[in-house]
Amino acid sequence: MSPVDYVALSVILFVIGAVGVLVRRNAIVVFMCIELMLNACNLAFVAFSSMHGNLDGQVIAFFVMVVAAAEVVVGLAILMAIYRARRSASVDDANLLKW
Amino acid sequence: MRGVLAAAPGTNADVIARECIFWILAVASVGAALAMILVRRAVHCALMLAVVMLCLATMYAMQGAPFLAFVQIIVYTGAVLMLFLFVLMLIGISSSDSIVETIKGQRMAAGLVAIGFFVILILGIGHAAIGPAAKPTAAQGADNLTGIATLIFTTYVFPFEVTGALLITAALGAMVLAHRERISPKPSQRELAARRVASGHLAPDPSPGVYALHDSADRPALLPDGSPSDLSVSTALSQRSVTGQPGFVPPEETIEIEADGGAREIEPSGRADS
Repeated sequence: MSPVDYVALSVILFVIGAVGVLVRRNAIVVFMCIELMLNACNLAFVAFSSMHGNLDGQVIAFFVMVVAAAEVVVGLAILMAIYRARRSASVDDANLLKW
Repeated sequence: MRGVLAAAPGTNADVIARECIFWILAVASVGAALAMILVRRAVHCALMLAVVMLCLATMYAMQGAPFLAFVQIIVYTGAVLMLFLFVLMLIGISSSDSIVETIKGQRMAAGLVAIGFFVILILGIGHAAIGPAAKPTAAQGADNLTGIATLIFTTYVFPFEVTGALLITAALGAMVLAHRERISPKPSQRELAARRVASGHLAPDPSPGVYALHDSADRPALLPDGSPSDLSVSTALSQRSVTGQPGFVPPEETIEIEADGGAREIEPSGRADS
């Protein structure tokens, strides 16, 4: 199994996640799509790690997971705050800063 | 399984098994990812994301990263996704996307951007010299955990420390954001009693299900003239439209359902959220 296949799969998953971020309006779904993109990156890192035969890629993927967990915690807290203020989880309704 | 999880011994059958597992997982993960951006309800989206994450965890195991595979399952599928579902339940299970385009031509533009992005990335991969997988070492099998620990605590010890700071900051941020300041003082019992007298509605609200054919919490009580009472159903239930409008009870249909065994899911008033 060549690492190219894994990298190609990670590209496909990353693009699907990017489309989801652009298209979906529910903020939670947008967050999930960001998670999908991060996971795709991790897959590429692990593939490169197995290609080079060392563990640096796996360590980087581990750090990506930690950062993703922190991002989810803060992001969902922001989402809850917005929902409490505006009674909606849609990205279109958080428009107070819109000019 | 041993051959899949650790290094390939080099037999032909093992290679074929790896190919098969890879293609099955690839199709499953891409299909689930596509379904994720196509389904309308956020809960289904979360379940599809779980499928993608489990597929990726298996792929990590196949590529000699058993530690990451288990971290993926425990941290991502176990913790992060449950956090998503938790917030989803708080915000409202019925929060589904609207299908109207708020910006004209946005989906078209997003599709074009995606195709362009995909082409660029694939071209980049095509130009890059991605060789075959290196010979699996012990670091990708049984010694994976010690290898990663050695790297984290020697080469990457400073990023690891910074990660700790990041996690503490994130926890603090979440606590600050989730904290709600009480603006008005808590009403005392005397004030509550005065408010109740002033409202002119001294008696408690009617319980759900009184004189109705069912006694479930989502069934409005019937008033003496036979009309259903909206006051008797909790606003939390009617807001989430678990059973549809609280005032809507077609009596003859309810009796029919009662006759064939009380399957409440198929009542017409229960389908209002689809």
